[in-house]
Amino acid sequence: MSGLFRPKREVPADRSAGDRIRHRAKVRSSIRENIADIIADESIIGRSGNRIVKVPIRGIKEYRFVYGNNDGQVGEGAGEDTQRGDVIGKQQKPGQGQPGEGGDEPGVDYYETEVNVEELITIMFEDLELPDMERKQHAAIETIKQTRRKGYRHVGLRVRLDRRKTVKEKLRRQRVRHGAPSERSDGRLPFHEKDLRYKHRTTEIHRESNAVVFCIMDTSGSMDTTKKYLSRSFFYLLYQFVARRYDSVEVVFVAHDIEAKEVTEEEFFSKGEAGGTFVSSGYQKTLEIIADRYHPDLWNIYAFHCSDGDNFGSDTPNAIKAAQDLCEVSNLFGYGEIKPRGAGYYGSSLIETFRKIDAKNFQTVLIERKEDIWPSFKTFLSRDREDSQ
Amino acid sequence: MNVDLDQLKRYDERITELALAYGLDCFAQEFEVCDHNEMLGYMAYSGMPSRYPHWSYGKSFEKMKTLYDHGAQGLPYEMVINSNPSLAYLMGDNSLCLNVLTIAHVYGHNDFFKNNFTFSHTRPEFTLSSFKSHAERVRSYVEDPSIGVDRVEYILDAAHALSMQCTRNMTVRRLPQDEQRQRAFEASLPKDDPNRTIHTQREYIEPDLRRIPIEPDANLLLFIRDYNPFLMDWEKDLLTIVHEEAQYFIPQIETKIMNEGWASYWHYQIMSNLELPPELRLEFMVHHNQVLRPHPGELNPYHLGFTIWDYIYKSYEGDEPADHRKDTAGRDAIYQARESERDSSFLRRFLNDDLCRRLGLFEFGTNKNDYVVTEIADEQGWQQIREALVTSVGMGSIPIIKVIDGDHEGKRHILLGHSFDGRELELGQAEKTLGYTYRLWGRSVSLDTTINGKDMRLSYDEEGFATSEMAA
Repeated sequence: MSGLFRPKREVPADRSAGDRIRHRAKVRSSIRENIADIIADESIIGRSGNRIVKVPIRGIKEYRFVYGNNDGQVGEGAGEDTQRGDVIGKQQKPGQGQPGEGGDEPGVDYYETEVNVEELITIMFEDLELPDMERKQHAAIETIKQTRRKGYRHVGLRVRLDRRKTVKEKLRRQRVRHGAPSERSDGRLPFHEKDLRYKHRTTEIHRESNAVVFCIMDTSGSMDTTKKYLSRSFFYLLYQFVARRYDSVEVVFVAHDIEAKEVTEEEFFSKGEAGGTFVSSGYQKTLEIIADRYHPDLWNIYAFHCSDGDNFGSDTPNAIKAAQDLCEVSNLFGYGEIKPRGAGYYGSSLIETFRKIDAKNFQTVLIERKEDIWPSFKTFLSRDREDSQ
Repeated sequence: MNVDLDQLKRYDERITELALAYGLDCFAQEFEVCDHNEMLGYMAYSGMPSRYPHWSYGKSFEKMKTLYDHGAQGLPYEMVINSNPSLAYLMGDNSLCLNVLTIAHVYGHNDFFKNNFTFSHTRPEFTLSSFKSHAERVRSYVEDPSIGVDRVEYILDAAHALSMQCTRNMTVRRLPQDEQRQRAFEASLPKDDPNRTIHTQREYIEPDLRRIPIEPDANLLLFIRDYNPFLMDWEKDLLTIVHEEAQYFIPQIETKIMNEGWASYWHYQIMSNLELPPELRLEFMVHHNQVLRPHPGELNPYHLGFTIWDYIYKSYEGDEPADHRKDTAGRDAIYQARESERDSSFLRRFLNDDLCRRLGLFEFGTNKNDYVVTEIADEQGWQQIREALVTSVGMGSIPIIKVIDGDHEGKRHILLGHSFDGRELELGQAEKTLGYTYRLWGRSVSLDTTINGKDMRLSYDEEGFATSEMAA
């Protein structure tokens, strides 16, 4: 009796390759199924594209009938110091560390996988199955990109004379005429006009499609952090969506209470205003900015307004009027009412009021919790879809 | 790095010589040298050179590779499969000492596979070919344009969830329905009693011979295969394949502690008598202690098994340096135990209060969110600890669930029963697994069990999962 030894294979086998591909495809489709939950997570919103995030997904786990955490498990090695009643550890709950979700639901199995935010967003929008949006005919601006070299010419500016090329041309002519370069009798062959070679440059005309996203938010006293977070998630999605469809996208932040101001992103989400709300002020400001910088013929305009629905009654007619004006100029205009559940406070609603607006590119959505963000976003975009068909 | 095969062969000769002298009785042994990636590959497929494709193996590969790459987990030194000839893998990247240790360890497993009774029905000479045949059949279904990978996975996913729900004792034959009927009929007949006249007559209870199954059936996959009339042939074949592969692994699950302990016991004896050069000997001790160190709070089967084998031998032979070449009472005792026990019976028979104390065993349970020690290895506690261990080792870690009625309420619904032994099912997993059962059965399935101390019926039908409390 003695063993048989087989040497190492020349080419290492990678036998699990096929099964790995299958597994990854499953992970991907599982992400797709849970995208609404994932995208609502704080760790995703606002992150740049190449960041790797861990996303909890459900579904790839393999299930069996198993025992739960029951009494009567046995361990070893703690020695004689161990006494009855000693606490030796804490149960690990699945999904811990995700505030507000999953934490104390037994039986929900989270399996984590790492994906790129960029990829996540791609998956997300694949899911929408949107046709390519119809771009505004004139909204493609002709931008002159920098000039490029393109071949040689016989005529041109003196500064663009290519001396090397010119000398070569002269030598070629010399050869044709005299055979091999002879000893110069006098030898000199002067440059001829035909020898001259100039670098040629052309200017390339680039067509660009531009879009601008207007994030309009009510920053009055009643907009607390949760509400701002929900708004932010929505704006983030909108930006990502638009950025995927246009060459260049600009974002304009308009914050309003009674008056509206254009602000930076940072101010937009951090600034707390006090006082009441004139929704129309935000719309008027947006209209001003559009008139000023983003002509609707040249820009695809997306505007979205988040508010908690409080508005001074006297302002409402103005708001409707301004909203209608905004619908005229923009591709898509939406109003999102942020009313977190359990806020204990249900004030007036603008959704009812905005029912009167009869424009097919206008949509109102109600966002009560972060899980609503993705469905609302889909509803919002459905307007656009109808529009483009 | 490349191993010196000739050097390994020389060690192998000396190892097998010792193994023979110690009384080990092995299948022919083959070693295949591989690198760490191939090793991970073999691990994902439980060492089988050929296995049917399924994404779960890809998942397990990725998981192990991640752990390995991040240094969270090393690779096992040894990977050996129960077949005849037995097949084991050696990693080319490992040191000479580690490979020699592995070889010695592998012969221990080999002997165990060949001689332990739980393996007697595994037909090791057909292991590789049957796994290969399974792989070919599954591949042929995947490639069949009328079936395809999605439908195959649809069945396999569900079948995997139920694969461990089968009889644990492979020596008991699964009776066909007509034999069960015969047995139930005979059992119902009055006993032949010569003193019939003076005994009160037992009331005759008519057996329900039309019930399916007549006796509760623990083989869920086989039951579904045999009694779901809407399954296609290929679907039935997939269920058979998954069942058969699970059956192959059950003896290994049932003898984990004994088997690892046995292999460690013999590698220790062999390596200690191999007259290794000092530096190899030192390295061996380091590896040996690493493998056999207790894992506080958990159970290390290597450590537990080794300690018990050593204890049994020494209880006969005393603490004197042992010579295993001699056929002594101690050697005889361990050889008998390795043949006739499985983990549960092994522990029940040999784990005594002394061993419990030496191993520092304790029992723990949960209290709110804490793990709390409930028993320690003292005079009052050790038997309780042994009892807890005996019920939870091997297949004891898998709930027993049987088909009670395959035509429940005359609607071809399936009723399963959980043999409750004080341990409750994890409800989330039960829900999903019941969903898979429904997928395979095609009609409503229910499971009677105990949740939070109450008798509950979990059911799954076209409307999804539901629970209801059973009337007391």
